[in-house]
Amino acid sequence: MPTAPAKTRTPEKSMTDGEMALLIAFFALALFSIMVIAKAHTQAYAFHAFLFAAASIASVFAIGNRYMDRPAELPPQTIDGRPNYNMAPVKVATLLAVFWGIAGFLVGVIIALQLAFPVLNFDLPWTAFGRLRPLHTSAVIFAFGGNVLIGTSFYVVQRTCRARLAGDLAPWFVVLGYNFFIVIAGTGYLLGITQGKEYAEPEWYADLFLTIVWVAYFGVFLLTVLKRTEPHIYVANWFYLAFILTIAVLHLGNNATVPVSVFSPTSYIVWSGVQDAMVQWWYGHNAVGFFLTAGFLALMYYFIPKRAERPVYSYRLSIVHFWALIFLYIWAGPHHLHYTALPDWAQTLGMTFSIMLWMPSWGGMINGLMTLSGAWDKLRTDPVLRMMVVSVAFYGMATFEGPMMSVKAVNSLSHYTEWGIGHVHSGALGWVAYISFGAIYCLVPWLWNKREMYSVKAINWHFWISTLGIVLYICAMWVAGILQGLMWRAYTALGFLEYSFIETVEAMHPLYVIRAVGGILFLLGALIMAWNVAMTIRRAEPDTASDAAQLSLAPAE
Amino acid sequence: MSAKSSSLWAKHAIFEKHSSILLLGVLLVISIGGLVEIVPLFYLKSTIETVEGMRPYSPLELAGRKIYLREGCYNCHSQMIRPLRDEVERYGHYSLAAESMYDHPFQWGSKRTGPDLARVGAKYSDLWQLEHLNNPRAVVPASIMPAYPWLAETKLDAKHIADDMKVLRLEGVPYTDEMIAAAQDDLKTQSTTDAADGDALLARYPKAQVRDFDGNPGTLTEADALIAYLQMLGTLVDFKLYDNKANVR
Repeated sequence: MPTAPAKTRTPEKSMTDGEMALLIAFFALALFSIMVIAKAHTQAYAFHAFLFAAASIASVFAIGNRYMDRPAELPPQTIDGRPNYNMAPVKVATLLAVFWGIAGFLVGVIIALQLAFPVLNFDLPWTAFGRLRPLHTSAVIFAFGGNVLIGTSFYVVQRTCRARLAGDLAPWFVVLGYNFFIVIAGTGYLLGITQGKEYAEPEWYADLFLTIVWVAYFGVFLLTVLKRTEPHIYVANWFYLAFILTIAVLHLGNNATVPVSVFSPTSYIVWSGVQDAMVQWWYGHNAVGFFLTAGFLALMYYFIPKRAERPVYSYRLSIVHFWALIFLYIWAGPHHLHYTALPDWAQTLGMTFSIMLWMPSWGGMINGLMTLSGAWDKLRTDPVLRMMVVSVAFYGMATFEGPMMSVKAVNSLSHYTEWGIGHVHSGALGWVAYISFGAIYCLVPWLWNKREMYSVKAINWHFWISTLGIVLYICAMWVAGILQGLMWRAYTALGFLEYSFIETVEAMHPLYVIRAVGGILFLLGALIMAWNVAMTIRRAEPDTASDAAQLSLAPAE
Repeated sequence: MSAKSSSLWAKHAIFEKHSSILLLGVLLVISIGGLVEIVPLFYLKSTIETVEGMRPYSPLELAGRKIYLREGCYNCHSQMIRPLRDEVERYGHYSLAAESMYDHPFQWGSKRTGPDLARVGAKYSDLWQLEHLNNPRAVVPASIMPAYPWLAETKLDAKHIADDMKVLRLEGVPYTDEMIAAAQDDLKTQSTTDAADGDALLARYPKAQVRDFDGNPGTLTEADALIAYLQMLGTLVDFKLYDNKANVR
């Protein structure tokens, strides 16, 4: 790790080990990629090898230029005894989160419209629903959510540890490398490169690259925690650590594939059939549990107390719900496989732990909401806080609905239907996106040294438009899902199935249209946010008081 | 915060002051559930049962399955019939674990925007399947499925299919040397009506359906492969002979 020399003499400028190693690695990757282009089995794969080559060469130049331009000494860890925070990677991740959010919502709107009006598939391979749907899920979960998590975790870990982010190039490698993975994954789906595993579609080479990026992410985060000048690790960082570590384990387990050749994009997962199903939903449900829940609970534990200017409601509750949540979540996967060929005992375990999971989930909700004690009046004046509080309320709602749907009797109706889509979106739009929007509205002024967002009124508009969108979306999907489930199992008086499958498809049409309108409203809200972020960076009033007002957060003790 | 008043709560400080202990704690806690639920599936009789009739995919079916994955069919179609009255009546016998034993990855799906396909094999004619892929609304007016007209126009690129089979063999699918050596020939044979060496193919892949699937003899297209795959789905196990007590689950 490059550390600032303690002496004040001007040392000779030389490359750090990290700069040297990365230069060599990217140079080698560029050469290797060029070789792969020449022998690739498919054109799509050759295109990806070209992207790898181009990105590697760009990285070589970027690292070289950066070295030429930088002073001999690396930035100091502290300035006048105060930590010299490294916020540039956080800024980039925050802006990329806004960009990917809009891209992901837009693709969501497109595929919602395709279900209502199939002509919008345009009879082309790269615009068909089957390829665009993974693009939507990956863009919102991994691109939007991932950038929010990486950005905020780099911000929060520095602030709560009172230490500069570890590494010099490493944080940049994490942010830019992660986004390069997104580009590879997304373009891959459009070109037909996929593993065919839900929420784990990227092929082996993208997975391998992500693994390297993720190890770097883990390293940067952990080393920053180790450098902390606060005695305690703040509760938000427990959640970030659990998220980073568990996602690594899940990613490796669910992507254990053998590629056909280095020149082929195809690989085959070592698991098959029922074992693969169990591994997939162990991964899939815990992508929800650790990526979309633990990670975003970390946001809740930092941004809500900061914004409300109140300490976290209960330290003990945070301990109990943290350990209970991460222990119970791992068991819940089989509720995606009720009544399948998975053995009954596993289904029952999945159901039981899913119901138990209700408690630690609401523990988190209570801890978030009650942090507002004595500050509830701020909801009237601060739309950012209102957004985050509503997000916690949605979290509570979705984590009640989830356990209910995991009950086998309920699941026999709800599984395979639009109800599942509705449930996911009350969590994804209501909880994940809203807490993210709240964090972005907090972060942008803090990072660019502005007093407030450019337009508080626009935040209000964003809040109300997208709330209306969410309500339309989830209500339409509740009705659609229950209707679908009931129609599938409806019998006539003579004991025949009452509806053919296509009749149940036709019944969905008006609800699909309402859902698409809800999605459009949600997208509109995000566009307002993007405008507001741009205006804040360019025009908003600078914050003169800057760090003076920095509330020192009590560590979790 | 009154943590100091209670010794038990104060003990949690060890996790808050040592990141390595916190990490170990997290790793331990998240390991248990996964291990308990996943590991037994590799040993239990009901999940590693072998059922009469199951065999690896023929090269053409495997190539078709790759197209099924590529186009993301699993986003809207499940391949898992639950043992519920309406599903068994609508789709056929509930799915057995053994029926996806050679599926790397599994394709059970999670959503039925369209119907389940676990037993779609032999339910519709090849011509219906072809028309339906070319333009779903030509045969099902209310369908919302995308059209896949390029499948019948695109030549199947399966020159590396033997490599795919070798990888699958490495992972436990019982492909023989003979099957791998004959892979390229089998592609052509299975997509040819009244093929001369059809019997040899059937000996390797019992119940394989051998004919030109896309009404375009002489040209092996992606539609040939995909329809060959769809037509075999759920047809391998003979449920008149299946003993459901043999592997009680």
